[in-house]
Amino acid sequence: MKTFAELNFPGRLIAVEGLDGSGKSTQIYLLKRWLELQDLKVYFSEWNSSELVKSATSKGKKRELLTPTTFSLIHATDFADRYERHLVPLLRAGYLVLCDRYIFTAFGRDVTRGCPPEWVRGIYSFAALPDLTFFFKSDLEVSLKRILEGRPQLKYFEAGMDLRLSTDPYESFRIFQGRILEQYLAMSTEFNFVVVDANQLVEKQQAVVRELVAHRLDLARFYRAEPPRTPASADLRKKAKVEEPVR
Amino acid sequence: MKNAIKNQIVVPRRSARRFYGHGIPGVDLEQLAGKLIVVEGADGSGRSTQIKLLVEWMEGTGHATVQVGLKRSTLVSEELVQAQQGNILSRTTLSLFYATDFADQLENIILPALKAGFVVLADRYIYTLMARDMVRGMDEAWLKNLYGIALEPDVVFYLNVLPEELVQRSFAKNASLDYWESGMDLGLSRDMFDSFMKYQTAMQTTFRRLQASYGFTIVDGMRPGNVVNTELRKKISAVMAGK
Repeated sequence: MKTFAELNFPGRLIAVEGLDGSGKSTQIYLLKRWLELQDLKVYFSEWNSSELVKSATSKGKKRELLTPTTFSLIHATDFADRYERHLVPLLRAGYLVLCDRYIFTAFGRDVTRGCPPEWVRGIYSFAALPDLTFFFKSDLEVSLKRILEGRPQLKYFEAGMDLRLSTDPYESFRIFQGRILEQYLAMSTEFNFVVVDANQLVEKQQAVVRELVAHRLDLARFYRAEPPRTPASADLRKKAKVEEPVR
Repeated sequence: MKNAIKNQIVVPRRSARRFYGHGIPGVDLEQLAGKLIVVEGADGSGRSTQIKLLVEWMEGTGHATVQVGLKRSTLVSEELVQAQQGNILSRTTLSLFYATDFADQLENIILPALKAGFVVLADRYIYTLMARDMVRGMDEAWLKNLYGIALEPDVVFYLNVLPEELVQRSFAKNASLDYWESGMDLGLSRDMFDSFMKYQTAMQTTFRRLQASYGFTIVDGMRPGNVVNTELRKKISAVMAGK
């Protein structure tokens, strides 16, 4: 598997991964705003958001029709639709594509649900690897607290109730998230995750993220065609440098 | 039905079961007592006629049957039909959508029916799905991994009918050619007749290639329906007897 840079795409893909409640969505949102305010070509894509596949997925979830295999396949369908119709064309057009969750979410969840890892990885083998993957590593208890504090109505699959880990949704959610965390940690080295300590303050994390993005990517290559609108972007444009290889 | 009147019901022998690849997690193959019979072939090859005749024969000889086919899952069939009408999905997406439809029926209909000792008659199986994708340039190894979830059937019949004859049958039935069965999405020709011939020829070549790894029984579908059915029954009887 290769990254988009290794495949000579002009665009670059940045993904964030982490448990529910790790704060990764906040971080990628702030990263997106920072890049947009510099007049860069940015596109943001969320897990499980393809219009076409949505009605099937929500029916499957609402009526609890999904098995580990169909759960995996329907999410792969959703991902493929976004990948082929949005991500790839935008990366061909030289965009910075930001993904809130990428294939690693599927690897973690599906394997936790009992799908064979080689099978899941084989299915997603059509997708290139991100050029940069941030993993927001929080203590399990911190993430759980964030999600469970408001005592929300946990959804059946979200809580991993289909795994019959516990009849109590909250207990089931705890065990399920713990197992996904193990999967993430096992993938961390193999896929070069940049591990961010998600127990820190939002600003501290964002500073780490921005610094790394600026360091690893030649942001000046991603300006929109029109002249820069803000002083910040003009400044960056001057500082255009040679991109360092992404490891 | 002679057999039914004489009340000689053949109790089927157990099959050695396996999945093609990784299979479905948590399934005990030992428990699948029924039989899985697949009929493959292009539109107009006589699949549905043959299955109808087989169901009658099976029930007459004391076997309970269940029928499955493509695009019949509760989970995604509606969405799949919609997507196909608009022709808006890219290749990998459509392929995975069909795989979801197949997996849903496999887990919710085929496997439970086999567990209950039914004879499952499948109007097409993974081979059509694989052949369609292979003709469209998708990677064979990727498809084999994807469909490694499938259970190996007891027997697979491929009704072989030449494209020249398929075209005649299609016109006799609908006076038109189907967009997808003509492979119009491939841009082989702007002429639908031309495209149909080219596409069906390519599909037959691909099926022959798949036959090498999956071992279908190729049946000459050019003959009259009852003649074809006699051949199918003979082979199925042998399968039921465990031969």
